[in-house]
Amino acid sequence: MTVIEARNVGLTFATNDGPVHALKDVNLSIGKGEFVSFIGPSGCGKTTFLRAIAALEHPTEGSLTVNGMSPDAARQARAYGYVFQAAGLYPWRTIAGNVRLPLEIMGFSKAEQAERVERVLALVDLEGFGKKFPWQLSGGMQQRASIARALAFDADILLMDEPFGALDEIVRDRLNEELLALWARTGKTIGFVTHSIPEAVYLSTKIVVMSPRPGRITDVIDSPLPRERPLEIRDTPEFIAIAHRVREGLRAGHGYEV
Amino acid sequence: MRFRRAVLPVLSVIAAILALWYAGAVVMNAQWTRDQAARAGVEIGFTEILRDTMSQERPVLPAPHQVAAEFGKTVFGTKVTSKRSLVWHGWVTLSATAVGFALGSLAGILLAIGIVHSRAMDLSVMPWAIASQTIPILAIAPMVIVVLSSMGITGLLPKAIISAWLSFFPVVVGMVKGLRAPDAMQLDQLKTWGASRAQTFWKLRLPASMPYLFASLKVSVAASLVGAIVGELPAGATAGLGARLLSGSYYGQTVMIWAALFAAAVLAASLVGLIAAVERVVLRRMGMAR
Repeated sequence: MTVIEARNVGLTFATNDGPVHALKDVNLSIGKGEFVSFIGPSGCGKTTFLRAIAALEHPTEGSLTVNGMSPDAARQARAYGYVFQAAGLYPWRTIAGNVRLPLEIMGFSKAEQAERVERVLALVDLEGFGKKFPWQLSGGMQQRASIARALAFDADILLMDEPFGALDEIVRDRLNEELLALWARTGKTIGFVTHSIPEAVYLSTKIVVMSPRPGRITDVIDSPLPRERPLEIRDTPEFIAIAHRVREGLRAGHGYEV
Repeated sequence: MRFRRAVLPVLSVIAAILALWYAGAVVMNAQWTRDQAARAGVEIGFTEILRDTMSQERPVLPAPHQVAAEFGKTVFGTKVTSKRSLVWHGWVTLSATAVGFALGSLAGILLAIGIVHSRAMDLSVMPWAIASQTIPILAIAPMVIVVLSSMGITGLLPKAIISAWLSFFPVVVGMVKGLRAPDAMQLDQLKTWGASRAQTFWKLRLPASMPYLFASLKVSVAASLVGAIVGELPAGATAGLGARLLSGSYYGQTVMIWAALFAAAVLAASLVGLIAAVERVVLRRMGMAR
């Protein structure tokens, strides 16, 4: 079943230096329960595409549907949770208070808020941290709290914009592992923007390689790796072969030309 | 050790100020002493000059102990209901300051909310707010007093309005900055949850502005006090620290002027200290103070 469908999507920003083609002729369909990574150099439109799915940007050409609806309607239907690069927790709210925030805005009852906060904090292994303030938690734990917040209202789609980009390698490995476990348990559809090749290959069932000027898709790789992925899988020939193809795709798009 | 490290520098600065002050008093008051001696046709030595400069009735610069004695007499040695009591005059000024500060802060906060939420207000209000502060308060104050008294309004309110005139501006500037403190990412995030403008204000903008609010309240409370004192001058006022300064200068009572100045300084410091205390409590309860 297709959850996200893009047909000839184009997005042009009008700037003082003339129009900038952030996206051009993007065709992609994402099925339910897929883990899709968008990879490419900066300026390739990967974040713009994710933001378009979330109705934070609006395509100027083509059609984009989420759950068969326009992105704006999908937002109204609480179709997705969005995780930004920074955790963006409010320092004046406890961790539980932060996770509760979207629930308050959406008007859930007090009892349901408490129950949901409890449940999603357990889902990201933060039981018992609800009463702490954000500054009392490490960067990795803060990002986990922000994932819990995105999960709190039971959206089927999770959109993540370089969520682990600001974390160190070791923490990032752990969170990647936990994210896979979370994905397996919840069956969410995940859109994940990254510029790390190993991260994209390790996490995804589908890797979308993009290149800039204008932002476009140069390759879509369906990963042959099994859904069950220990960290050691990164040393297998299959993994290395996919990583190689991604790298080739990036090079073909002249993405890293300086 | 910690006590000594904290107290020693403070004490040495105070000692240096006192030393400079005494030296200044001797230099500035000596002329009058010499003139008096010349008029009386007597020769006086350095010790006599020194002694006299410390205890003149109307010195150019009163010595610290004279100011302290006057301050002590009028603050502690006089019944607080008496018109000679600095506590009574201080209370008169303080009440106008408090009302003016409340009016000014409220106006400042409301204007800032309007500026942040309406582009029309953003473009139209700020220039006027800035213009209002470029007019010398000494020019505005008599007009406010005269206009209001012609409308039958006298007493505390005109002073409070002048005080509010000075105190709303720091709050506007601070709160506009504070309400705009949330970054694009935080605003996008609220958008993904479908938050309304009101929800964005109450859940994000207002709490995020608190540290800015308190910083500007500290500036504005001191400005309120200045406004209240200035407001007491043109009315030929009989009560308040401003009146005390005015009558001191009419009668050449420099000691009285200095005592009133110190009272104003003590008052301002206490008010700023009070705001700082409230700030600590509020930010701690919000989890923003570590």
